[in-house]
Amino acid sequence: MNKNVLLYAAILIFGLAAPFVFPAFKVQLSILCVLIVLATTWNIQGGEMGYNTFGNILFYGLGMYLCASVQVGMFFPLAEWTESGGEKTFVHTPTQFFQGMAAGLVVAAVVPTIVAGLIGYAILGLRGHYFAICTLGLGVAAGEISGGIEIIGAGQGFTTPPFPNVGGLEARGEFFYFLSFGALVLTFIAVRAIYSTRFRLILNAIRDNEDKAEAMGIETMKYKIIGWMVSAFFCGLAGGIMGGLVGYIDSTDVAFDGREMGVFMVLMAILGGKGTLWGPVIGATVFHIFKEGFWTFFLGWQYVALGVLIVVIVIYFPEGIMGWLREKYPERFGEVVDEADRKAQVELK
Amino acid sequence: MDFMVFQYPMITVQACLDGILLGILFALIAYGMALQWGVMNIINIAQGDLVILGGYIAYFMYLYGIHPAWGVIVSPIIMYFVGVGIYKLVINKVVDRDLFISILATFGISILFMQLMNFAFGADVVLANSGYGTTFLFDSAVVLPNSKIFSAFVSIVFAIGLVIYMKKSKLGRAIRATAQNARAAKILGVDTEKVYAATFGLNAALCGVAGALISITFTIHPYMGLPYTIRSFMIVIVAGLGNLPGVAMSGMGLGVFEEFADYILGTEFRIGSVFLLLVLILVYRRFKLSRKREYLK
Repeated sequence: MNKNVLLYAAILIFGLAAPFVFPAFKVQLSILCVLIVLATTWNIQGGEMGYNTFGNILFYGLGMYLCASVQVGMFFPLAEWTESGGEKTFVHTPTQFFQGMAAGLVVAAVVPTIVAGLIGYAILGLRGHYFAICTLGLGVAAGEISGGIEIIGAGQGFTTPPFPNVGGLEARGEFFYFLSFGALVLTFIAVRAIYSTRFRLILNAIRDNEDKAEAMGIETMKYKIIGWMVSAFFCGLAGGIMGGLVGYIDSTDVAFDGREMGVFMVLMAILGGKGTLWGPVIGATVFHIFKEGFWTFFLGWQYVALGVLIVVIVIYFPEGIMGWLREKYPERFGEVVDEADRKAQVELK
Repeated sequence: MDFMVFQYPMITVQACLDGILLGILFALIAYGMALQWGVMNIINIAQGDLVILGGYIAYFMYLYGIHPAWGVIVSPIIMYFVGVGIYKLVINKVVDRDLFISILATFGISILFMQLMNFAFGADVVLANSGYGTTFLFDSAVVLPNSKIFSAFVSIVFAIGLVIYMKKSKLGRAIRATAQNARAAKILGVDTEKVYAATFGLNAALCGVAGALISITFTIHPYMGLPYTIRSFMIVIVAGLGNLPGVAMSGMGLGVFEEFADYILGTEFRIGSVFLLLVLILVYRRFKLSRKREYLK
């Protein structure tokens, strides 16, 4: 336990000091925080509950649009803003910007949660293939439809309010870094708290055998919906922050980007290890470092590399990093290993 | 929103005819998906990308001066080998694994194909001009390009040919036996590995035919694959596996739905409405089944 406290303290100190130690990587670190949030929330759904979804991108995009719309709509007419270059006509004062951002983030987290509850009631009764494809359809439909709605910029995109002229040159990066780091800490604490309760056992029961779980008297539907609402809450929050960070929202390329973010979150969780607390965190970090380090070498070939990466990870590495570690060092994970039995099994193989 | 459809009845006729001709093509793609779903229990997200790749083969024949209609013969032959190649490289490692693994693996293939096609053929929307002219019906109120009629005809020929092949040939019987019970088929001397490869190849070949026809009739674009996957998935779940008349009917129904959505909601919502329809159908079936305490699985 003592070791754990030290570890968390070290990570927290590193996180707080990072933007000052590596000022050049502030944006990358903020994106990393958002990616970890997304992977962790996907893991609640896909790893713990066994409901593999491509649809969490829906909440992410929804949060992004909502946050920006609230931030603009609180003070200025939204339609005129999105029509053409509204950000030049209307300028947020610093107070307006931060108030709008705060209100926007609250809306961006709460509304997707409600949406997740409603949609979850409708589609969480599907299983296996059907659920995966249904959520894939939802994500793409959201992108296509939001690309046709005029008031949020339709096809030409939506510029989020520019950061007001306060603080130094570094203020914008630091603000968004601490915002996303805060979201990360909040998510991690919440998820860790959830995982230490009976709720996680119920989710695992649903994953392992839903019919049996139901027969044991667990209201599976209720817990499935709650699980999805939790992930929607943090997905929406992450989306709202990312919208402000990127500064520009496009329906299919930024917000409902099923081809990039939507796949990344699944891939990161699988790479790290599904169904573990630390797996998505490690997976997201490794993936982000790999992506940033090597993406430039693949200039233009990123998606080809991504496709190959998905196939390779899924086929040869489905247990992820945590699964691999667990097989290698089972003692560290609190598993009692009978050495003779293990040797016998290795010989059998 | 445009309600022209209700004021001018001829537009309704036009939309229905267009939709039926389009739907026959969708049914052909869905037939391929039903085939591999039934035999290997795999949903191939890359289905639509195989269609588009088949379309590009026909388009390239057109660029080099060969009539694109020959693509209907050439494209399935090439696509058969592409399909077998994909099977040997990727699919045979995921056949008997977790369902989600196969979906994700084919999703990866889909992204890969999308981008490779984007590099190889460019991001432009292209069309192979068949030069078949158009047919005018009802005092030119209804306009039907002959290429659409041609494509529907060819699809029907291929579908009937495949049905007969599956019934009569040795490979067809082996495929059907494997679909019923892979283990029993293996015991009785069917090389299931070969059957799986052939099934995937046949599916890709069907996609090749459909793609060649789409490149003549409509347009193709590297990123247009996913809607075809979703359409064929939708057709298969509405019709059920192994229900061929059902596949044809629901394919045509989907085609008509799309044409009307196009007229009423506007072209920008066309693809969105297809994806929403999928969600609605699944939700409807889920609530219907949950009354009997069953679920879609």
